[in-house]
Amino acid sequence: MAIQVRIPTILRTYTDGDRVVEGSGSTVTELIDQLEADHTGIKERLVENGEARRFVNIYVNDEDIRFTGNLGTPVADGDTVVILPAVAGGSGV
Amino acid sequence: MRFDSLIDSVGGTPLVGLPILSPSPDVRLWAKLEDHNPTGSIKDRAALAMILRAEKEGLLRPGSTILEPTSGNTGISLAMVARQRGYRIVCVMPENTSIERTQLLTMWGAQIISSPAAGGSNEAVRRAKEIAAEHPDWVMLYQYGNPANADAHYEGTGPEILADLPEVTHFVAGLGTTGTLMGAGRFFREHKPSVRIVAAEPRYGELVYGLRNLDEGFVPELYDASLIDSRFSVGPRDAVRRVRQLVESEGIFAGVSTGAILHAALAQAKKCLDAGESADIVFVVCDGGWKYLSTGAYEGTLDEAEDKLDGQLWA
Repeated sequence: MAIQVRIPTILRTYTDGDRVVEGSGSTVTELIDQLEADHTGIKERLVENGEARRFVNIYVNDEDIRFTGNLGTPVADGDTVVILPAVAGGSGV
Repeated sequence: MRFDSLIDSVGGTPLVGLPILSPSPDVRLWAKLEDHNPTGSIKDRAALAMILRAEKEGLLRPGSTILEPTSGNTGISLAMVARQRGYRIVCVMPENTSIERTQLLTMWGAQIISSPAAGGSNEAVRRAKEIAAEHPDWVMLYQYGNPANADAHYEGTGPEILADLPEVTHFVAGLGTTGTLMGAGRFFREHKPSVRIVAAEPRYGELVYGLRNLDEGFVPELYDASLIDSRFSVGPRDAVRRVRQLVESEGIFAGVSTGAILHAALAQAKKCLDAGESADIVFVVCDGGWKYLSTGAYEGTLDEAEDKLDGQLWA
């Protein structure tokens, strides 16, 4: 069983249009390095100076990695990773 | 309880225990019923605080026009206060919000300018900023960056919870303008720093994110990540599942965004249970379910509800 990674529309140019790709690794950093090997160019869109880019949110099993160790957050087979652009909204604003 | 006028009755909402949904006698859930505010949502607090601050600073004068990007609740709250105090109000609202919200805004006296569905609230914010530039005499209170929004929760929501439940261990709220979490978060950091602040962020369908550029996303000016301890992203399926569970088991009929917040609160409760910790977890009921009946969230199967919510700004 691999790690499922959900790709936002804007980044599907790197994944031949695939919404979900599979990856592996024991941390988010390793997972992104593995994604880069399969989908060249995607890492630069996600990572800047060793952290997730400001307007990129990455979630491991629905939890934002900025509060769980950032790119060092552990991942394991069977986990779901979601990548999303930051948007306004919530609580019926 | 007696008040001189409706706006004097904002805040002071009940905190109720959830004996059935609480996972154990040592891990307890509590709901802060913000639907008990005058227009039925937590946004009455921010709207009143922003208007009072703008009056104090001389930005608002009788006859002024208020402009605000809003998916509904803030606009309804602002309109309620504005009308009583003699202001005109214009709301910029994404067209993919529920029909009830449009009807209510109109009823309370707001004029509505629609912004395109694609892009959601980001687009409403962008459009409102354009309109503000065209009408320099209009006053944009701008809930995403107005400190009075967070201050309403620093002065109201946070202290009310601590007074009612001194043993509180976690505070869970939705992440939109971030005002609730920032204000209550700052209050707890100062007055009971052991309280963990948990954010529930709604995760929408593809249409809302669209082709949003990753280099030009949106983070509200109020947002300070140091005031938050964990952040959950909750999709429509879990939000609907939880909002139904809340009414079925505890009798609380809440809006869909509250389902997302409950989902995060239950995830936090499970963490505490697994760690063998006792906890008193307070979560916010933002509003009642009435405004969202037409979204289909409360009827049919979960699959059907999820399909209907796809593309809507459900929180």
